[in-house]
Amino acid sequence: MAHAKNHDYHILTPSIWPFIGAVGGFVMLFGAVLWMHGVTAWMFWIGVVAVLYTMFAWWSDVVREANTGDHTPVVRIGLRYGFILFITSEVMFFAAWFWSIFKHTLYPMAEYAGTEYVPPVIHPVDAFHIPLLNTVILLLSGCAVTWAHYGLVHANDRKVLVNGLAIGIVLGIAFTGLQAYEYGFLLNNEGWTFGGDQFYSNFFMATGFHGAHVIIGTIFLIVCLLRAIKGDFTPERHVGFETAAWYWHFVDVVWLFLFFAVYLWASSAV
Amino acid sequence: MADAAIHGHGHDDQRGFFTRWFMSTNHKDIGILYLVVSAIVGLISVSFTVFMRLELMEPGVQHLCMEGARLFSDSSAECTPNGHLWNVLITYHGVLMMFFVVIPALFGGFGNYFMPLQIGAPDMAFPRMNNLSFWLFVAGTSLGVASMLAPGGNDQAGSGVGWVLYPPLSTTEGGMSMDLAIFAVHLSGASSILGAINMITTFLNMRAPGMTLFKVPLFSWSIFVTAWMILLALPVLAGAITMLLMDRNFGFTFFDASGGGDPVLYQHILWFFGHPEVYIVILPGFGIISHVIATFSKKPIFGYLPMVWALIAIGFLGFVVWAHHMYTVGMSINQQAYFMLATMVIAVPTGVKVFSWIATMWGGSVEFRAPMLWAFGFLIVFTIGGVTGVVVAQAGIDRAYHDTYYVVAHFHYVMSLGAVFAIFAGVYFWFGKITGRQYPEWAAKLHFWMFFIGTNLTFFPQHFLGRQGMPRRYIDYPEAFAYWNHISSWGAFLSFASFLFFIGVVIWSLRRGAKVTENNYWNEYADTLEWTLPSPPPEHTFEQLPKREDWDRGHAH
Repeated sequence: MAHAKNHDYHILTPSIWPFIGAVGGFVMLFGAVLWMHGVTAWMFWIGVVAVLYTMFAWWSDVVREANTGDHTPVVRIGLRYGFILFITSEVMFFAAWFWSIFKHTLYPMAEYAGTEYVPPVIHPVDAFHIPLLNTVILLLSGCAVTWAHYGLVHANDRKVLVNGLAIGIVLGIAFTGLQAYEYGFLLNNEGWTFGGDQFYSNFFMATGFHGAHVIIGTIFLIVCLLRAIKGDFTPERHVGFETAAWYWHFVDVVWLFLFFAVYLWASSAV
Repeated sequence: MADAAIHGHGHDDQRGFFTRWFMSTNHKDIGILYLVVSAIVGLISVSFTVFMRLELMEPGVQHLCMEGARLFSDSSAECTPNGHLWNVLITYHGVLMMFFVVIPALFGGFGNYFMPLQIGAPDMAFPRMNNLSFWLFVAGTSLGVASMLAPGGNDQAGSGVGWVLYPPLSTTEGGMSMDLAIFAVHLSGASSILGAINMITTFLNMRAPGMTLFKVPLFSWSIFVTAWMILLALPVLAGAITMLLMDRNFGFTFFDASGGGDPVLYQHILWFFGHPEVYIVILPGFGIISHVIATFSKKPIFGYLPMVWALIAIGFLGFVVWAHHMYTVGMSINQQAYFMLATMVIAVPTGVKVFSWIATMWGGSVEFRAPMLWAFGFLIVFTIGGVTGVVVAQAGIDRAYHDTYYVVAHFHYVMSLGAVFAIFAGVYFWFGKITGRQYPEWAAKLHFWMFFIGTNLTFFPQHFLGRQGMPRRYIDYPEAFAYWNHISSWGAFLSFASFLFFIGVVIWSLRRGAKVTENNYWNEYADTLEWTLPSPPPEHTFEQLPKREDWDRGHAH
């Protein structure tokens, strides 16, 4: 070893995962196009497997590095910065969907002179039914995760950490289940279509992308639960858990906006 | 220099080819990869334009025939105009240049290589993710090229919808091509967003001890502001093209009026990304030009602090002017008035920059080495483009100029010429630093004069064509426009020749160029940290973090 590093930053050894992940991404998206055009679904799923495996292996490396002391205080600050910025980009992604929702709600095409478009009769979801229940569930789930965080940071109470995470995860899964039920109900009983009108388009894409983020966040929390059971995380060092909690709260906030913009507003318009 | 085996399980300097270039976690190697790949994509994209200018050289269609595209016109053979092929060429020229050439070269290439060096960071904050950014860019490029060759509209290959992918054209274009293009942009966006996260974190978290924010060199500042714009703008584009994808394949009606959708909504969301994109392209160039002008005027940059704030102001204003691309879609007069005024406000910080560059040269001992020539060229073309920008910012005047060659000339002067002159200034400025070899000065100067004359010959006459009323994006034109089109085409050929010459210069210099022996081969006004390192720098830099006297020249406030 000719030189030793004299700083606390994390210099990584070469890794194959970025390359495999990018190839996987190419295969997955090329496969998605083939599938959408009715050629074959196989290529897509091969790509998905490659991408998922890359994520698993890559983040396993990260956890291993965390446990072997590569994540010095300054590196941990960097990881936090990075994750906050990632959430910022997610916020801007949702900005596009809300833009479409607000545009279509505030300035519907039917109001433009010379348009003959007649909006279809839509029976909006009753906001005070499943949506309100889901709001409560998601907020409680956020509380449970915060409780777990509190237990870890202030009392180093592993039991609170594990229980809080477990409750948060169960509530997250409940949210996804109820949302799936609602989708099924709307499509099968209320005559909604997946697409086909701007209201359905906006509804399913906005709530659908939120749902996808709930599922991702739930998986993130499950990973944290498994790590907590294994004995990872200390009151001072728990970037993985902290970022999972941030992500979960971000998902909460997006839902609150959806609840008001998509559910409450639409049902009050009837 | 031997590699520091950080984790003890040693791999030394003899990294294998695959390990070094495919598994890299080294910001300098990844920067080189970015530069090389964007140059290759640039060559593809430029060759499209040359073919397009060949077609536009004479009225009538001689080269893009249904019977087959031909390089030499043949008056004896039948030629049915192939408008689809023409549309494909303009589309992929735009898509490739925007997403796969200029951003990767400036932000990915120079940003990766020099931002960490200038702030004294040993590497990027997330070195492994850095490599993911690069390979996603390659994957996106591959999807883009695949899209060009895949079955598209009009029973031909490729999509002919223009780089902005406006519906309903893009939602009704047949075949797989358009979907592949959408996913190409998704991947490129993911690549840029991850890169932006990396750059911002590096900038905030890894500056050398004592280097407060307003002591950071201007190029690094420009990368920081650019990264914020990418972070906030690209995800919005991802949303917009996802809507396109849903409309195309799953019967959604975001932009389909028959289902209550609104095609103009797409234009708003696209340009909310698209206008910041313009500054994403040019801001790193501003950074490079600042260093080059200071170095070869042998003076510190004039007005460092206003220069930083001008970057920030341009970054902010870039987000609130998007609809000046859409004056003719039927917005209310009030909306147009707002976007017009907001747009013209941008001339203020941009003016601060241009005048500060001139003030830097004022009273300086200006030395016309190759990078300085390019910086000079940049100032001229960028200012011309900026002035016509004020013209087309006027909603009233834009009624006449919208979608004419005047607009084509305007945005090529700022983006293509401005950004590309900055790229070449950076290439010649740092060539010795990156490669350890120097280019022949005469060749760099010849390249400059060929390119400067060539590009101005190409684009200046397009102002006249636009004023005559020639619309953009057409394969053919009436006799009345023949004169300036002919001259414009000659300019394009000259520029292309200079580009080929440049490739030759680079290859020759890499093999035979004089070896660089000094750390700082310019002068003491090249005073940022990369000039304290050997040329080329060792694999790992700043293992001992730089001391304040290495970089603080006291002028930087």
